[in-house]
Amino acid sequence: MTTYILRRLIQTVGLLFLLSMILFALVNLAPGGPLSAYGGRRIRPERVEILKRQFGLDQPLPVQYLYWLAGNDWTQVDTNSDGIKDERGSRKGILRGDFGFSYRTREPVLEEIGLRFPNTIYLMSITMIVALVIAIPIGIYSAVKQYSIFDFFATTFSFAGQAIPEFWLGLLLILIFYAWLKNPWTGEPLLPSGGISSLDSGFSLSDRISHLVLPVLTGTLGWIAWYSRFLRSSLLEILPLNYLKSARARGLSERTVIYKHALKNAMIPIVTLLALDLPYIFTGAVLIETIFSWPGMGRLYYQAAVERDYPLLMAVLIIGAAFIILCNLLADILYAYLDPRVRYE
Amino acid sequence: MTTLASIETTSQPTDLAQNVWKRFTKHRGAIAGAIIFGMLVVICIVASISPYDPEASDLSVEFQPPSSSHWFGTDALGRDLFTRILYGGRISLAVGGIAVALSLLIGVPIGALAGYYGGRIDSILMRITDAFLSLPSFLVLILLAAILREVELPIFQRNSVLTISLVIGILSWMTFARLVRAAFLTLRELDYVSAARALGSTDRRIILGHILPNGIGVVIVEATLQLGYAIIQESGLSFLGFGIQQPTPSWGNLISTAQDHFIKYPWLAIFPGLMIFITIISVNYIGDGLRDAFDPYKVLETVGEYT
Repeated sequence: MTTYILRRLIQTVGLLFLLSMILFALVNLAPGGPLSAYGGRRIRPERVEILKRQFGLDQPLPVQYLYWLAGNDWTQVDTNSDGIKDERGSRKGILRGDFGFSYRTREPVLEEIGLRFPNTIYLMSITMIVALVIAIPIGIYSAVKQYSIFDFFATTFSFAGQAIPEFWLGLLLILIFYAWLKNPWTGEPLLPSGGISSLDSGFSLSDRISHLVLPVLTGTLGWIAWYSRFLRSSLLEILPLNYLKSARARGLSERTVIYKHALKNAMIPIVTLLALDLPYIFTGAVLIETIFSWPGMGRLYYQAAVERDYPLLMAVLIIGAAFIILCNLLADILYAYLDPRVRYE
Repeated sequence: MTTLASIETTSQPTDLAQNVWKRFTKHRGAIAGAIIFGMLVVICIVASISPYDPEASDLSVEFQPPSSSHWFGTDALGRDLFTRILYGGRISLAVGGIAVALSLLIGVPIGALAGYYGGRIDSILMRITDAFLSLPSFLVLILLAAILREVELPIFQRNSVLTISLVIGILSWMTFARLVRAAFLTLRELDYVSAARALGSTDRRIILGHILPNGIGVVIVEATLQLGYAIIQESGLSFLGFGIQQPTPSWGNLISTAQDHFIKYPWLAIFPGLMIFITIISVNYIGDGLRDAFDPYKVLETVGEYT
């Protein structure tokens, strides 16, 4: 198992290098180059030349990639374009955690991300918890009572939940809870249409919760549909197995059989799936955060794409890809750990 | 006894397509989905019989609520929303179709070669597949569309249907590659393949003529599901403004433009989204029905159910 994990980790590093090359080439071969939208406004051509030198964009692509990856503080760079290398570079490279500066705000990219990241984690983890708390009972009940009316409605709901475009659902919820329904005492909209908290007041729990309701509802529906359906089919595969028959034959109650013996095994794929879906906590919130003006990673990425803030886009993509690869590995390890029949050579 | 009898009847050698069709028609959800989806496609194709122009504005009738002359109302420029939704449907369905065709075109050969030849070819192709699978695909989609929006080449102009289909297709072929590879890995070991090889069939003939047809079921099922997925991706992308550009309507950008007015004129956002919802749900039901229809074990299960 240890050798397996080690081999996978080495593969992961190789994969990340490959991805970083692809992404780097993509951005730098883009029409107009990475500076074409610098700061979101047009700049004079002479100024572009100076900026290009400052960012090291006058170098050949492989050199640029090297600087981006490993920094240029170990070599001399030509800052005033007189052909003489006169100064030590200032970049540390992404390998040492230097993702450069955002074109838009001129702040270090990692600081920008660090500022928004907790907000996304906050929103998405609550969304996931709500989804699991609702999906697990639905999944169990509709598997145990297969072909019942409940199962029929749960299955239909799950089909519908997976088919609703989340941005549309978000707009519908804003329409209902912000535009149509009013708070009977104050006459104000029942729920706010966006933001993480009200600007004017200090911290208040009820204010925080009221801002959470709509984004969480929007995001959670698809997950509920997905997980309840998955648990249902996972349980249905296990319920006819012999070990459960023998458990019943030994006189255990149906409750014990299902909750103690069947569920334990049915949850294995769910845990693995959860590990596979974790990256979406990081990357999956673009639409929801944009609709609800949620100050998280997704909205940051959206704004960066609008203004083509390449250093920021690259950083989010690389970190996102690393996160996905690690979560895949985590899923494999969890699966082998939870299911003793699975062994990796 | 009835069990035995029905197993015998189903195990009689019949045409695969016939069998699949028979099982498919037993799935009520799938039939309903197929009918609704078929109707949707047809009305989008014949959209031009609508008396209204999808792009010409008429400010005298702006923001009309749904009525008998404008079934879904009109938008900020007085354009008939129903007509725009039909034309938008053409775009959205076309993007979905082309994107899936493209990912089939990339994924199936990669999976077939990897699964058939194995060894080094397999490991190289699968590493590439892994690399694509590790990309946060919607984010990369946004990046690609944002870059391509600025490209001046004629076919890419202003993120045409082709551009958007291309980027969606390039980012979604991996499931096909994996499924086809898995099918090839099991099928290539079977006796009938060895027999074909002993008879002197070329690799090409074995792959295309003998193995691929037997793995086609999973590919068709996955293609159906991917169609829905591609339509959702396009609408999300267009909603954010990176997809199909105005004035060409697509379901996603119709909702996007509705955002400014939907509190006052909710129909602008409700109807296009409803169309996406109906399309995706019917496509998913079709996929579910096809999955059951192609699954050989399902026969026994349904037999068991009725006895």
